[in-house]
Amino acid sequence: MEISLTLNGSPVSLTINPGDRLLDTLRYQLALTGTKEGCGEGECGACTVYLDGLPVNSCLIPTYQVRGHRVETVESLDPGALEPFERCGATQCGACTPGVVMTAWWIRQHPELLGTHSIRELMAGNLCRCTGYDGIVDSVAEALRGTGGKRET
Amino acid sequence: MLASDGAAIPMAGGTDLLVHWPVHVEAHERTYVDLSPLDPLKPLRWTADELLLGGLTTYWDVIRDARAGEEFPLLVDAARQVGAIQIQARGTWAGNIVNASPAADGVPVLMAYDAVVVLESRRGREEVPLDRFYSGYKQMQRRPDQLVVGIRIPRRRYAYQVFEKIGARRAQAIAKVGLAVTRSGAGWRVVAASVAPTIRRCPAVERLLETGAAPEGPDDLLPTIAQDVAPIDDIRSSAHYRTRVMARVLYHDLRDFWGQRA
Amino acid sequence: MKRREALAKLTGRERYVDDLPLEGFLWGMTVRSPAPRGRVTAIRFGKDVDWSQFVVVDHRDIPGPNVVALIEQDQPVLAAGYVRHVHEPVLLLAHASREAVRRAVRSVEVAVAPESPALDFRVPPAPDQIQYGSDNVIKHLKIEKGEVERALAGAPVVVSGTYETGAQEHVYLETQGMIAYLEGDVLVVKGSMQCPYYVLKALQHALAREEPLVRVIQTPTGGGFGGKEEFPSHIALHAALLALKGGRPVKLIYDRGEDMAATTKRHPALVRHRTGLTRDGRLVAQDIEVVIDGGAYVTLSPVVLSRAIIHAAGPYACDHVRITGRAMFTNAVPFGAFRGFGAPQSQFAGERHMDVIAGTLGIDPVELRRVNLLRDGQTTATGQVVRDGTDRLAVMERALELSRYREKQREHAAFNATHATLRRGSGLATFYHGAGFTGGGEVALKSRLRVAGSPDGGVEVLSANIEMGQGTLTVFTELAAARLGLAPEDVTIAEADTGRVPNSGPTVASRTTMIVGGLVERAADDLRRRVGLDDSARGAAVKRAIGQWHREHPGEPLFGEAAYEAPPGITWDDKTYRGDAYGAFAWAAYVAEVEVDLRTCSTRVIDFVAVQEVGKVLNPTLATGQVQGGVVQGIGWALMEECKWRDGAMANNQLTNYLIPTSDDVPSVRVAFLENPYPHGAGGAKGLGELPIDGPAPAILNAVARATGVDPRAIPLTPERLMELLD
Repeated sequence: MEISLTLNGSPVSLTINPGDRLLDTLRYQLALTGTKEGCGEGECGACTVYLDGLPVNSCLIPTYQVRGHRVETVESLDPGALEPFERCGATQCGACTPGVVMTAWWIRQHPELLGTHSIRELMAGNLCRCTGYDGIVDSVAEALRGTGGKRET
Repeated sequence: MLASDGAAIPMAGGTDLLVHWPVHVEAHERTYVDLSPLDPLKPLRWTADELLLGGLTTYWDVIRDARAGEEFPLLVDAARQVGAIQIQARGTWAGNIVNASPAADGVPVLMAYDAVVVLESRRGREEVPLDRFYSGYKQMQRRPDQLVVGIRIPRRRYAYQVFEKIGARRAQAIAKVGLAVTRSGAGWRVVAASVAPTIRRCPAVERLLETGAAPEGPDDLLPTIAQDVAPIDDIRSSAHYRTRVMARVLYHDLRDFWGQRA
Repeated sequence: MKRREALAKLTGRERYVDDLPLEGFLWGMTVRSPAPRGRVTAIRFGKDVDWSQFVVVDHRDIPGPNVVALIEQDQPVLAAGYVRHVHEPVLLLAHASREAVRRAVRSVEVAVAPESPALDFRVPPAPDQIQYGSDNVIKHLKIEKGEVERALAGAPVVVSGTYETGAQEHVYLETQGMIAYLEGDVLVVKGSMQCPYYVLKALQHALAREEPLVRVIQTPTGGGFGGKEEFPSHIALHAALLALKGGRPVKLIYDRGEDMAATTKRHPALVRHRTGLTRDGRLVAQDIEVVIDGGAYVTLSPVVLSRAIIHAAGPYACDHVRITGRAMFTNAVPFGAFRGFGAPQSQFAGERHMDVIAGTLGIDPVELRRVNLLRDGQTTATGQVVRDGTDRLAVMERALELSRYREKQREHAAFNATHATLRRGSGLATFYHGAGFTGGGEVALKSRLRVAGSPDGGVEVLSANIEMGQGTLTVFTELAAARLGLAPEDVTIAEADTGRVPNSGPTVASRTTMIVGGLVERAADDLRRRVGLDDSARGAAVKRAIGQWHREHPGEPLFGEAAYEAPPGITWDDKTYRGDAYGAFAWAAYVAEVEVDLRTCSTRVIDFVAVQEVGKVLNPTLATGQVQGGVVQGIGWALMEECKWRDGAMANNQLTNYLIPTSDDVPSVRVAFLENPYPHGAGGAKGLGELPIDGPAPAILNAVARATGVDPRAIPLTPERLMELLD
C-alpha cells in the first residue's frame, strides 16, 4: 500500500506492507539507521522516535498508522545542540543513545514538565546498561539550563 | 468489517498487539482494523456530570489534563505508572480495557471510579459498568462486532482515594499487585489487580470497611481477602507474596478508616 | 578530552553491524535443541516450506573440526547427533526474507531422545547424569597458605556461612550479530565483538582456513560486559558457514529473546566460609569453598573459577587460608564471561560474611575491616606481598565520610523507631580487583601493538582492543597524543581488522588501559626512534620527522612496535597457585544506603557512594562513567535481576520479565577516586572496568540487614525472598 507522511520535516510517499513496523521501515527501507532495535517489545526505548511531537516506541507502531502524520527521527536533531550530552558523558557504547537523545531533547523542549515530573521518571522508558544513568540525567539537566527549566533530577 | 467478519482485531495504539511482532509470525496472518484515523474518538470531554474518555484517549491525554489531575488523581497516578512516556503517549484506556489483562494498570482505577464502558456496533449502543465487564480470564462483555467508543466516569467528591501498583521496579513494570481504593457518597470501592483471573472489586473487603471492622494487623485481613481474590504463582511473583502484600497495603493505607462505620 | 566518537553516537551516525549496507544478503537464523540432553533421533523439515529456496547448513558442512576453539575442544559449532543443553545450535538456515527464515525455523522439528539432565550444580549428580569426567567437575583449584585446619581448631571463635549468587544476563543494548561474506577468496566476518583474534582463531580452526583467507573486523559494539568475549565466535562461524554454502553474504542478528535465552550468562555460585578469628575480630583462618555452575560446555569456566578463588578471601591479612574451587558441568546453557569474572560472586560472599562475623562477635563492621585490611608488607591468600603504598584505610574512610556513614546510622535509628512501614540502613563493602590476566597469563598472550606514522605526519594506533563504550578510542588517542605531543586530531585509531592490526590481546580483564595503553606508549616511543628522534621530541618536530621519513621512503610502511613485557619481580606458580596473581590491584570501599518498604518488602537504594584507588585517573568523565555503570549493574544483580530456569534455559527471556534498573530505580552514584600511580600501567593507571561491580551487592545486602535485622545470604534479594526472611 501507498502512504504519505511528513518525515523529518519533508513530505514522503512510501510503498509499504500492512505488517511493517515503523522501526523496520525506517531502518531497512529508508536506511535511517539512527533508530535502533533493542528489544522489540517497547521496554528499552532504543527505537524512540517522535510521532506528532510525542516520543513513542517505533517497534510498536504499524507503519500504516503514521499515514498523514508527522514522524521525526534522531537524524532530524541539530548536532550542534547536543554539546551538553557530549560533555556530561551521556553516551558510552551508544546503542541506547539515539533513543535517549530523542526523549531527552523532547524534555528539553518541554521544560514545564519538570513541574510535575522528575528527569529520572521521564527517562525511565530508555534503558541504558553502560552509564548507570548519571551521565544521561546530568546531560538533560545541562541541556535545560538556559531554557529556564528547573534542574530537578 | 467487524460486523461481517468478527475475526478482525481492532488496533489502537498497538502497545499490546505489536509486542515481539516479528517473532510472532502467526499473528501476521490475522486481520486488524486500524482505529487510529477515528479522530472523534481521541479527545476526552467534560460535562457537568461526567468525564468522558474517548475510545482513543491515551494515558498521556489524561496526564496533561489539569482537571483530571484535580478530580480524578488516580487516573493520573495510574497513567504515570504505565510503562514510561513512550507507552503513555500511545496506549489507550479503551485498549487497556479490551486487552483484559489481569495486571492492567488503567482498569483498576477506572473501576474504582465506577466507570461505564460504552460500546457501539451496527446494532446500536450498549453500556456496561466496568465492574461487570469481565466474566473470566480474558473474557468480557464485548461482542466481536462492538467497539469501545468511550468510557464514562461520574464526577463525584471523593473523601479518600489511593492507587498502589506494586511491581518489581518503579517504571516499566508489570504489576504483581494493583490496588485502587476510593470512598465517596456511593460507598467504598476496593479494586484489585494481578490477584485473580480478572481485575475485580473486592466486596468482602468493602463490606469490612462499610461495617467498621477493626483488624489488628494485616494478617487479620487475610481471610477476607481470600473471599475476594485467588492469586497464583507465576513468572513474576507468588501467591503467598501477592496475598500478603495486598493485606499489608490495605491495612496500612487505610489505617485511618478501619474501625469507622461508613 | 571528550569521548572521541560521542557525536557520532549521539546523532545516530555510528553504524553497528545491523546498520551497515549490504548488497544481496541473506538473513541467517539458528535452529536449536528443544531438550537439555539427548540423542538427536530425527530432524524433520515441515512440508509447508519450499526448502530448495533456503540455504541449509548442518554439522556435515563444517570443513574443519566441529569445534569452537577455546580452552577445551569440547563445544561443537553445530550439534552432531547429540545435544547437551536447550537452545544448543543444531541447524542453520538462510533466506533473503527475514520473515521467511523465521517461519522456516519454526517448521523444523528437532527430535531428541531425552536423557537425564544434571540441572542443579549444588548437588552431586546422579550416576546417570555424569557427563564430564567421573564426577561432572570441570575444574578443581586450590589455594593454600599456612595450616588452616590447625588454625581453625585453635581459633577462639569460628563463624560459618553459606552464600549464593544467581546468574546475570548482560543485556547489552545491541544484541549479538555478525555479517559474513566473501571478498574474492577472502572470507570476511564483521560484527559485534570484544576479541577479534578469538573469533579469527575459531574461524581458522573450524573452517580450516588460514590468514589471509580469513579476516575478522570488529564493528562498533553496543555493549559487551564479557557477553561478547567468547560467544561471538559461534555466531561468526554460523554466519560464515551459511555464506560459504550459499555463496551470498549472510547477516545473522539475534532477536533479544533469543540472545537472552541462548547466549552466556554470569556463572551462578555457591560459596561456603568457615572463618576463625580472635575475639576482637582479627582473622586467624579462612577456609573457603567456591562452587560455580559452568553449564554444558567448558567455555571459560576454569578461568572464572580461578579469579573467583583468588579474590575469595578479600582484601584482608590472614596467615592461614585455604580456598578450594570447583566448576561443575550441568546441562544448563553454558555460562561465560561477565564483568568481574568470578570476583563479584566470591566477594559478595566474603563481604556479606564480614558483616555476619561482625554481628556474631558484636563488633562494628567498620572496625572489623579496619583491623584486617591489608597493610603494605602483608600477603594475600596466594602469598603475594602487597607493597603498592596505597592507604587502604583512607579509601574506606573517604567512603564513610562521603556517605556520612556515622551520622546516617543515628538518623536511621531514629527513623526506624518511628516510621510505621519504612526502614533504612547503610552497608559497607571493602574489596579489590586484580587487573590483567592472572599470573603468567599476560605473558602467554604475547600482546603486540603498532603505532603507524602517516605521510601527513599523523599517527595511527593499530590494536585489536576495541571500543564498546568503555572509552578505548578516547584513551588510546589521549595516550598517543600525550606521548608524542600531538593534538588528538593527529591521532587515528584503526578499525580492529585482523588483516591490519596485530594481536594486542582481548578486550577483557580490565587490561585495555593499563596494559595495552602501555603498549601504545611504547610503540609511540619506538616510532619516534625510527624517524631518528629521541624520547624528548614532541609535537611539530615529530610530525615533521614522520612526514620527512615518508618523503625519503615513498610507498613504504612506517610503524613503531611494542610487545608486552611483564613488570619485573612478578612470579606466579600455576601448579601451586602461589605468588603474584596480578601486577596491580585496585582497591575500593562502597557504601549503599537503602530504604525497605515493609508492606511490599521492596528495597530501594537511596544513596550510593563509590570510592576507589585506581592508580591514576586518565579521563575523569570516562572513569566516573565506568564506576557508575558498574554500580548500577551491581544494584540490578543484587535486587531485581533474576534468571528463571526451565530445563536449564532462561524462561523469562524478555525485558518485561528480566528486569534491569531504569533511571528511576537508582540514585545518583557518587564517585570519588584516590590516586597512587602504578608505575607499570599506562599513565600510572590500574585497571578499572570490572572493579565497580564487585562491591554493590554485598554493600546493599549489608544495608538491608542493618535496616531490617534480617540476615540475607543470597542474591537477587527480591521482595519475595525478603518477605520470607522477614516473616
